[in-house]
Amino acid sequence: MHENDLKLLEETFKKYYFDHFDLIHVPPRSAEREFGYQKFNSGMIRHLTIKNDKELHLMLMNNVPSDVYCSNAYYSFPNLPMEEKDWKEANLIFDIDAKDLNLDCRNDHICKKCRSCQEVFVNLSECPNCQSKKLDQRSLTCKNCIHAVKQEVKKLFSILIDDLGIEQNNIQVFFSGNEGFHIYALNTQYEKLGSRERADLVDYLMLRGTIPETFGFKKFKSERSSFPDFDEKGWKGRVAEYLFGSKSKRSKLITKILADGYSSFQKQLEDVKEAVGIKIDPNVTIDIHRIFRLPGSLNSKSGLTKQKCENVDTFDPFSDACFIDDKPTEVLANCPSSFELKNKKFGPFKNEKVLIPKFAAIYMICKGLATSTW
Amino acid sequence: MITLGQDELAKYPFLADAGQYLKDKGFTLEQFGSDPDLKLIVDKAVHRIEVAADGKIYKSDIVDAHAAKDASLPREVFSFLLAVVLLKLSGMNTLIKRFALAEARRAEKYLEKDLVNISERDDLAIEILRDLFYMNVKKHDENFVIPASDYLKHAVSFHEREWKLVNRRVERGLVFLTPHETVRLVRKELGDYINSKIHNATIPTMSDAFKEPVKRLNSIAKKFPTTIVSSTEYPPCIKHAIEVLEKEENLSHSGRFMLGTFLLGRGQSVEQIAPLFKNAPDYNEKVTLYQLNHLAGSSGSRTEYVCPSCEKLKRQDLCYIIPECDGIINPIQFGKKKTINA
Repeated sequence: MHENDLKLLEETFKKYYFDHFDLIHVPPRSAEREFGYQKFNSGMIRHLTIKNDKELHLMLMNNVPSDVYCSNAYYSFPNLPMEEKDWKEANLIFDIDAKDLNLDCRNDHICKKCRSCQEVFVNLSECPNCQSKKLDQRSLTCKNCIHAVKQEVKKLFSILIDDLGIEQNNIQVFFSGNEGFHIYALNTQYEKLGSRERADLVDYLMLRGTIPETFGFKKFKSERSSFPDFDEKGWKGRVAEYLFGSKSKRSKLITKILADGYSSFQKQLEDVKEAVGIKIDPNVTIDIHRIFRLPGSLNSKSGLTKQKCENVDTFDPFSDACFIDDKPTEVLANCPSSFELKNKKFGPFKNEKVLIPKFAAIYMICKGLATSTW
Repeated sequence: MITLGQDELAKYPFLADAGQYLKDKGFTLEQFGSDPDLKLIVDKAVHRIEVAADGKIYKSDIVDAHAAKDASLPREVFSFLLAVVLLKLSGMNTLIKRFALAEARRAEKYLEKDLVNISERDDLAIEILRDLFYMNVKKHDENFVIPASDYLKHAVSFHEREWKLVNRRVERGLVFLTPHETVRLVRKELGDYINSKIHNATIPTMSDAFKEPVKRLNSIAKKFPTTIVSSTEYPPCIKHAIEVLEKEENLSHSGRFMLGTFLLGRGQSVEQIAPLFKNAPDYNEKVTLYQLNHLAGSSGSRTEYVCPSCEKLKRQDLCYIIPECDGIINPIQFGKKKTINA
């Protein structure tokens, strides 16, 4: 990263932290958690203990981190090396990210940067300048992406409550600060589960590993009455809704399923999984030693804040998570796709000097699509 | 602490405190060698082990949870306790394992029956499941429900897909099970519990009366040979990962982790493995060597990483299962067939 960019980012991040101590707090049972942070142009520092808000704020001012993390796990000795920490339990955490939803709109706003000649472009699989295939990808998330992620969050929310018995007031939703949402389930019966058990829980939510028998199709002597119905709870009801569409079509479609045979139904369940399974990132939930972006901290991939959403429907990350000031800032921008922040559209810019609000300048610098002209 | 009556001890003899039981009944171990009436129980104990060694379940004298005769109840308990004594004296692990498994299957049948007949007055089966296996079971109409977290802790060791949570009825944090499924869930733990009971029992002194039966057990154990068949062929997941790299395509981080740990596990050195990654689009020799050394435990945390399980690879879309993968739970076992005696 250029020195000027580094200076601007550090100064901006420091100002944000100083001005917004009210947004950044240590989570409950902080002394039992592991903290970590990263500085710009530097590696990860972890295995730290931060006991209260005062210590956290001091750390932010002293180190001006690019990213701050905290474990979802509780340990006896959080500051010791991993094998000596003595893991106790961990909150259940889910990550739903736009990059995992295979949305068509992404072709238009994933900016690709050639590692060889630094050319920036969209919609091509190789560099138009030097034909290299070694490309870095920077996504400028759009409203459609956020809308799609929110739909997944809502699906997850209702399964956590209806199927897994998690109390609504124990579920918290955060915008990740970039392209997705983090969902925390606190104080649940699942806190003590290890990775393998969480992996099975993940498969449940993603509808992975189903067998035809679960939805009524037996290898021998299948009965029409054992196929799922709309009013059934759990996956049976949801799968019935997807498979049959309406009650009037159910009988006809069961006849077809039976005629097509067991293997065909097994394949059909794969399509059902793709369509109705929740698109969480499995690795995040399975990892019980992960350190996770701290709520209220900035995401160095965008300059936006990881922010709690009280109402998922009305939450607009491009306004509600954008806290950097609007001081006019000049940057050299090479951003082939447009983006919107604080209800204002920016770009596209083709290698041009532009004077824009600081939050938009920081957003592009974080994405590697602009440099400071200081 | 579970309190047991005579009937219940006959069904679940592994719950008895062996020394205390003999004392309460007024017997010593030595008497079983000398008293001709009691010697019959030694024969019964050997029979109990023989049946287990054959992979069958010992058929006891208990009929419909009640003994045919009053005397048969203590005989049931004694024959179990003596079987443990003889197994300890023989030291044959293979027989202990088989015996523990068969006894677990036997207890499983009684647990299931007891669950079906559960009443407010008699909830021993629920008590056993809770106190021994930390599983909180509640009756719900004809079925039973357990918290999903308890279910996951037990079902995670099963490889059959029907046991995955996604193939279960789950509502409001509870999993619905039939009595048979409820008990099946603790089969392994039941076996482990009996196994550990036997392992933790003190080895009694060998008396003349036990020499002959122990000799018989040793000859039974010899029936189970040791065979190790191995092949050097790679499993399909590893072959696929190598093909991806050969085609200069990107192999995911988890794919690289699998390949590295597998080859290290098969005894290859970091230097032998590193060139495989040369075709990766983001290849960097220094980084590759650093990462492989990290996996091998020669740098960083010094943890030697092992190849992920087939289950994990399935979740990461790295599994390309073929019929030869049958019966393995980790790619490292591919091509190896093993039976170990004693």
